[in-house]
Amino acid sequence: MKKAILIIIGAVLFALVLTNLLQSEEYYNLKLEKLKQEHAIKPVSSVDHTKFEILQQEFATPQDVTEACISCHTERHREVMNSSHWNWERISYIEGRGIEASGKSNVINNFCIGAQSNEQACAKCHIGFGMSNNHFDFENARNVDCMVCHDNSEAYIKGASTAGYPDRSVNLSQVAQHVGQPTKHNCGSCHFNGGGGNNVKHGDLEQALLGCDRDVDVHMAANGMDMSCTACHTAENHQMLGKLYSVSSDNTHRATCEQCHTNTPHFDPIINRHNAKVSCQTCHIPEYAKVNATKMAWYWSESGKLKDGEPYTVDDEMGNHIYTSIKGTFKWATNAKPDYMWFNGTANLYLLGDTIDEKPLILNNLHGSHDDGESKIIPVKVHVGDQIYDKVHNILIQPKLHGTEKGDSAFWIDFDWPKAAEAGMRQVGLPYSGEYGFIETVMYWPVNHMVAPKDQAVGCAECHTRSNDGRLAQLSGFYLPGRDYNKPLDFAGIFLFFASLGGVLIHAAIRILVSIKKKRFEMKVIDYENEQQI
Amino acid sequence: MKKVYIYKGFERFWHWTQAALIIFLALTGFEVHGSFSILGFEQAARYHRAASWMLIVLIIFAIFWHFVTGEWKQYIPTSKKLKEQIMFYAFGMFKGQKHPTKKSGLTKLNPLQRLVYLGFKLFLVPVTVISGILYMVHKTVDKNDTVVISNIPLEGIAFWHTLGAFLLMVFLVVHVYMTTTGHTPTSNIQAMITGYEELEEDDEETTSEKEINKIDNNEKNT
Repeated sequence: MKKAILIIIGAVLFALVLTNLLQSEEYYNLKLEKLKQEHAIKPVSSVDHTKFEILQQEFATPQDVTEACISCHTERHREVMNSSHWNWERISYIEGRGIEASGKSNVINNFCIGAQSNEQACAKCHIGFGMSNNHFDFENARNVDCMVCHDNSEAYIKGASTAGYPDRSVNLSQVAQHVGQPTKHNCGSCHFNGGGGNNVKHGDLEQALLGCDRDVDVHMAANGMDMSCTACHTAENHQMLGKLYSVSSDNTHRATCEQCHTNTPHFDPIINRHNAKVSCQTCHIPEYAKVNATKMAWYWSESGKLKDGEPYTVDDEMGNHIYTSIKGTFKWATNAKPDYMWFNGTANLYLLGDTIDEKPLILNNLHGSHDDGESKIIPVKVHVGDQIYDKVHNILIQPKLHGTEKGDSAFWIDFDWPKAAEAGMRQVGLPYSGEYGFIETVMYWPVNHMVAPKDQAVGCAECHTRSNDGRLAQLSGFYLPGRDYNKPLDFAGIFLFFASLGGVLIHAAIRILVSIKKKRFEMKVIDYENEQQI
Repeated sequence: MKKVYIYKGFERFWHWTQAALIIFLALTGFEVHGSFSILGFEQAARYHRAASWMLIVLIIFAIFWHFVTGEWKQYIPTSKKLKEQIMFYAFGMFKGQKHPTKKSGLTKLNPLQRLVYLGFKLFLVPVTVISGILYMVHKTVDKNDTVVISNIPLEGIAFWHTLGAFLLMVFLVVHVYMTTTGHTPTSNIQAMITGYEELEEDDEETTSEKEINKIDNNEKNT
């Protein structure tokens, strides 16, 4: 009886353990459902701007629209004029450098290099009107472009090389009456097209996000939550959360996954604990550039070739330029696997005039290491290339690329590097020796968008593997189970295991031999006895 | 020969469950270690954790049992006849000699077993289990629901855990083989299954009892 009870208890325990281990049914993630519910309710404007008399006029200039906006939203322009969208720089503390103003106004990248001396064209992505050179008046509120961010009619576009003014085709009155919270179209008009075309720079921000499915991006999917950029990049007084370390350098005002999903979003505590050293993006963005290609390399040194005196372009079978006379040679990638780095949220950017101290030159050095408590592993797109520099002064050159007519030193028209370098450097107030060369440069672009559905997240074994193809195979400074092991210990352990196995086998063999011998001997004796009996 | 009840119910349950868990933990553990791939890293790690908790619970029960029943005294090491025991395994048994020590319910273990099993209990299992627990908890979630990592380098923890695992595997090989050195090749294993073992009848049992008592007294005196 007692035994029967014990057996039953044992069997029940065993069954419980098994069902617990083998159960594969998904729990209902209430945390996630709650978030979905919150974001399913899209904000509806409490005012209808078509009804405002002041907006029912024919606006002569876009500045008049801004004045109309300010007449009601009386202090908003101050907030905007405090933002990096307006100033193109931010004051921040940079390790090893101190307090510096840095941003689009003084950084250099390895795409179109920099905005300085090219403002006429680059100002297409400045939230202002009339930035045609480096004498733009940052104090003039009339020049704030409210519409580029708040147009909800999708009709507002900035003109090509019009110093930030809207295209002449835009009906300002129509746009002014249809304003509201920024949509993906507003943010995307600049952030999808960085580097001179769709998805060129980021790799994870592109036009496909305007209408994609969940496989491309779970948050922005048209058949999913269809979230806008501002759902995560929330703003208070026009100060947006979120930054990218191509232009930013400090660990403040970042938009994070955790702000909605918390630090412990998984059911499995072991996966939650990865969050101490692994960012959410690392596992949840298995690849970027999922729809259209992104640029992976850009070699300026090969630019300037002409056919019959005319610039030309070469396209690959996908229609991406792989060579243009004005820019050089490109490499593209789709469905690219990110590289991985330690990152603590701070970066040291190459600023105009900095001395080149390494080759290849890293334009945005992301700080971080395993031993630094703030650091986590993040996915990045690595963009490499070469670009013009001053061989004597050992600094990068900001060339004048964009121009309006032949002979004004612009490389994209004249194809003359010395002139373009001289004109560009003169405008930024830096010396130019006359001797130029091309230096290899590297940029790191943290990948934060194109979050995949959870069943597509990076699996454990993609990092926890001894294979050299493992996602973290190149990342050092820490012990990763499944990837790392103590080689001498493994050697000794395996040797000892097989030595003991061999030892017992030999021992067994001797025993068997001895027993066979003994048996034969005994049999012989028996035979002998039998013989005797016979 | 007479049938003697040597291994009690719990003891047998403990032995076989521990054996199964250790073998299972070895398979999943060396998969996590990267030595081979059977279940896949994720499942291996998951099952390894589950089995490790079962083993910890089992060990707690076993420690309790050893102390309550006084069975721990079986493991008190002795150098008496230790050399003979080693010589027996190395040479004597090939010549058909008899075991130098007698087995009984009160002295289940020969001097060599006492030493090895004591090492198993006091060194091998603690090193592996403690390093395993540290392996599991070196990252934790704090009160603010934030994941923190403690400053124990995983490399060192993993070293001791792997070392323990390799030694356990060596133990497993030799231990399994040694079970065949009983009265008949399967008599030891049968005893661990049924609890009963056929032992040679003689009056040395009483002397063994005396030995135990003597050790008992020594313990008390010290």
